[in-house]
Amino acid sequence: MKVEVKGIKKSFGKVNVLKGVDLTIDNAQIHALMGENGAGKSTLIKVLTGVHQKDSGSVSIDGIKIDIKNIKEGQELGIAYVHQELNVIKELSIIDNIFLGRELRGTKGMLDIKAMYDKTLRVLKQLNLEIDPKTAMKNLSVGSQQMIEIAKALLQDAKLIILDEPTAALTNKEIDILFSIIRKLQKNGVSFLYVSHRMNEIFELSQKITVLRDGKYIGTEITKDINEDRLVEMMTGKTVDNLFENKGTPSKEKILEVSNFKKSGQFEDVSFDLYKGEVLGFSGLMGSGRSEIMHCLFGSEKLDSGRIKIEGKDTKIEKPLDAYKNGIAFVTEDRKEQGLILNFSISDNIILPSLKKVKNLFVDDKKIKEISRKQIKKLKVRCTDDNQLVKNLSGGNQQKIVLSKWIETNPKILILDEPTRGVDIGAKKEIYDIINKLKEDGVSIILVSSELSEVVGLSDRVAVMHNKKLAKIFDTKPFNQDKILKTAFLGEDYIG
Amino acid sequence: MDKSIKIKKGNLANKKGYIERFGLAALLLGLSGFFTMLNSNFITLYNIQNIFKQSAINGLIAYGMTFVILLGCIDLSVGSILALVGYLVGNLIVLFQIPVGIAIIMGLMLGIILGIINGCLVAKVKLQPFIATLITMTVYRGITLIISNGLPVRNLDKASPFIGLLNKGKVGIFPISMIIFVGVLGILWVLLHKTVFGRHLYATGGNEEAARLSTIQTSKIKIKGYAISGFLSAVAAILYISRYNSIYPNAGQGAELDAIAAVVIGGTSMSGGKGLITGTFIGALIIGVLNNGLNLLGISSFYQEVIKGLVILLAVVADKRKKI
Repeated sequence: MKVEVKGIKKSFGKVNVLKGVDLTIDNAQIHALMGENGAGKSTLIKVLTGVHQKDSGSVSIDGIKIDIKNIKEGQELGIAYVHQELNVIKELSIIDNIFLGRELRGTKGMLDIKAMYDKTLRVLKQLNLEIDPKTAMKNLSVGSQQMIEIAKALLQDAKLIILDEPTAALTNKEIDILFSIIRKLQKNGVSFLYVSHRMNEIFELSQKITVLRDGKYIGTEITKDINEDRLVEMMTGKTVDNLFENKGTPSKEKILEVSNFKKSGQFEDVSFDLYKGEVLGFSGLMGSGRSEIMHCLFGSEKLDSGRIKIEGKDTKIEKPLDAYKNGIAFVTEDRKEQGLILNFSISDNIILPSLKKVKNLFVDDKKIKEISRKQIKKLKVRCTDDNQLVKNLSGGNQQKIVLSKWIETNPKILILDEPTRGVDIGAKKEIYDIINKLKEDGVSIILVSSELSEVVGLSDRVAVMHNKKLAKIFDTKPFNQDKILKTAFLGEDYIG
Repeated sequence: MDKSIKIKKGNLANKKGYIERFGLAALLLGLSGFFTMLNSNFITLYNIQNIFKQSAINGLIAYGMTFVILLGCIDLSVGSILALVGYLVGNLIVLFQIPVGIAIIMGLMLGIILGIINGCLVAKVKLQPFIATLITMTVYRGITLIISNGLPVRNLDKASPFIGLLNKGKVGIFPISMIIFVGVLGILWVLLHKTVFGRHLYATGGNEEAARLSTIQTSKIKIKGYAISGFLSAVAAILYISRYNSIYPNAGQGAELDAIAAVVIGGTSMSGGKGLITGTFIGALIIGVLNNGLNLLGISSFYQEVIKGLVILLAVVADKRKKI
């Protein structure tokens, strides 16, 4: 299927989101769509899938001009959309999820379970997935759930599959499987529109790249004729050099000593030190126990055993409040579930852990405003004002709010768990700058991240988790990425 | 991306609520106008005082319910707390001849304790709020039946003139119960919007996990929320015994439903984190006006229930429209 989009304009009220966008996806092509958060990618997708109606411009499929009036029409035309956030019902089985809303019926209006089972089985086989269709969704990994979404698209006979950040929650192995499936489907004539912030994936997978910026069409390039620097330039409109910087040298002063941390089933035998003004990276596969260690260090989960020393003194941390009192702050992994109260304004979110600082008998609203305005300025949060609800901010700006709420507590130790997940490159760079600035101010930072380049680029030392144990701490720069990766996969023994 | 477009301004302490509150106030005035047209007795001073007196008991319970619902929880035991506290105070005055001041203080303390028990079941034992308070609703009511042996306590004003005064007394044109109803609103508004506790309560209801990870001790906040609900039910119990000059063991049955109705009409979200105590105030008055007006028109209580239900539907649908 060849999809041609020309001069699409779309505005919401007074805000022009798409200001004349072109996009041509050829038959059996993997076409990457790139741009920073707020560039208009999602809106373009929504126009293509029939969620929104375009104001002007044209969409044609195989040369025929069409108007997609609603989601159903989009589906009937063969356009399927796999959301960034998976829409699965965890308690239901694969079959139930795949046929949700278009269940097959047999005689007497009863469900035709057999037919649905067979169809599901066939499409799973097509995707090389050996899973029983009756398996409950909750028993599948996030990666497999993603595949099920693709299976759903295939069953709808999709000719164009739109994938929005499909790898955000996948392990490397799952990503490989996903890619091989995408390529296989491509051979069968399916086109893909692939939206991702991950450069290496775009270069590995796509044939063409279209870039949007501020709702404008910047250009379409053949993937193999373009390099990363040029792509970033197209997206940001400026050259970004030195994405990673590692400024300042940490002192020899130990601020935190963690010894023999153990939580059964999660991790065991974890010991490490943290020095003043240091960035200690934590690398490892998903589920290797990194986040759980941090939760225990912060008191939000309970340890089985282990000791914590802060500035040489034995310290008990049983609840987050204890951690706060000892100068520990924790930017959690999942900003929507754990980091923010989405219905709260920016200032109410920023002040939450520091409320006690701004009250006598009553809370001082003026002071709260002052503080939040200062933080908004400092972290370059893009928003209308501090009264804006955080649910209306983009991912990168939401992340900055989580950061600023903890920076406001003046921590000595700052734990960052996946601080740049789902954040565009511009905001990423800004978050890296913030990390370096904090480090210069003597804050000690623990950086947990699945992006190896990020860990390697920012850290002074890198701890690698393998199989729920701390396998090794790399402490000489420059770090050997290959060795870190192999340690994460195979453990310390690998390094002979 | 398009999220940044629908720019909604709002801060839980101000701005956002105005439209909703004025919409509600319009509904209240509209209803009042309607009843006035049909029966001129409706708008007399005596009747307006009466409406406030009638609304005060449900209103106080609904205030407490607002705290609990803002936390994303529910309290079904409020009616049983009312009965048990009313019974304690009534017996202390009539049977044991204890000074009324002390009796009332003990009653209020009992309300707090019963609330704390609810809070502990929810926050510590981790029962679902609906189930936890369904249990205590049954148990508290059962205890009342046991100690009363099913019999009422009557003629409270003979044992304590103060109880009679609470009902009949006025400051100027304002009945005492109305002053309590409005005064408590002011105190609770300050508590919700000007104190750290208030922020913590909204945060816990808005996203408990995020609140917990922001160093808020969410269990304590929940227990305090239930304690406030218990306390306000006890205050309502005092007004109840003064208004009816007696207490029956089945007093306050179904009170939780009227209270929830007032909270919902007032625009508070049942999923927690969003809502205003002033909305509940108006919600309680709307229910009060309905009861009073329909009675004045002589409409059978069977029809009244249906009409009340439809008004709740109207308020909730209108509120939903506004949010879209």
